[in-house]
Amino acid sequence: MAYLPVEHGFILAAILFVTGLAGVLVRRNIIFILMSIEIMLNAAGLAFISAGSRWGQPDGQVMYIFILAMAGAEVSVGLGLVLRFYHLFRTLDADEASRMKG
Amino acid sequence: MEYLFYISGAAAVISTFMVIIQTKAVHALLYLIVSLLSVALVFFSFGAPFVAALEVIIYAGAIMVLFVFVIMMLNLGPEAAEEEKKLISARMWIGPSILAAILLAVLIYTLTRTGTIANPLIVGPKEVGMALYGPYLIGVELASILLLAGMVGAYHLGRGRRYGGPGEGE
Repeated sequence: MAYLPVEHGFILAAILFVTGLAGVLVRRNIIFILMSIEIMLNAAGLAFISAGSRWGQPDGQVMYIFILAMAGAEVSVGLGLVLRFYHLFRTLDADEASRMKG
Repeated sequence: MEYLFYISGAAAVISTFMVIIQTKAVHALLYLIVSLLSVALVFFSFGAPFVAALEVIIYAGAIMVLFVFVIMMLNLGPEAAEEEKKLISARMWIGPSILAAILLAVLIYTLTRTGTIANPLIVGPKEVGMALYGPYLIGVELASILLLAGMVGAYHLGRGRRYGGPGEGE
């Protein structure tokens, strides 16, 4: 059983990250934007895991656990914001909230 | 274990691409769950079974349940009933089901064919726990503070308008 080449893990992480970034930039539904942010966080975690497995150290997995905790906090606040946004604007279009007050 | 990485990586790319081109949020959520499962298999192929389990439990379990709750709360209304019928139609389940079946097949093939437990490249839960509560203890404390802040923020945002503080609801 050979080492998986760490570059392939990085390439996969980069593809997933760019896909999520395109989702954030292209989609205007705020739930899709949140999902794309989750994809990007997951891709960053994949980069950590592949780098950690290259040297056989647990540090990459520890960093992934921190990313997981951050994603949990982020998605709870984000979905709370989505609910408040929908009650305020009656839509999920992020461009509706492009103007600030004042 | 290379084929496990490449097959599940291809499944991850396909399902992630399908997430961002869907028009309905529930269908995108199905593909997102498949994407997270395939990334969990990628973690498994990199010799990180503990993190793969965490990915399935926390990401594909808890966080996706939050998404499902919010989408269900936003779908309330008289037109939600026939919307549900369209969502349950079998055609939308084919793509995620095929991808998930591929992932299951490759996982079963790996588990039955190779004794992965004896792989010295695996960094198991014991090493991760020793590192997490050893040199990274301050990170654990900071993560707990972050989760507390997230909980307080979500509670404040979800309280509703009539309890609204200054600067909202006018």
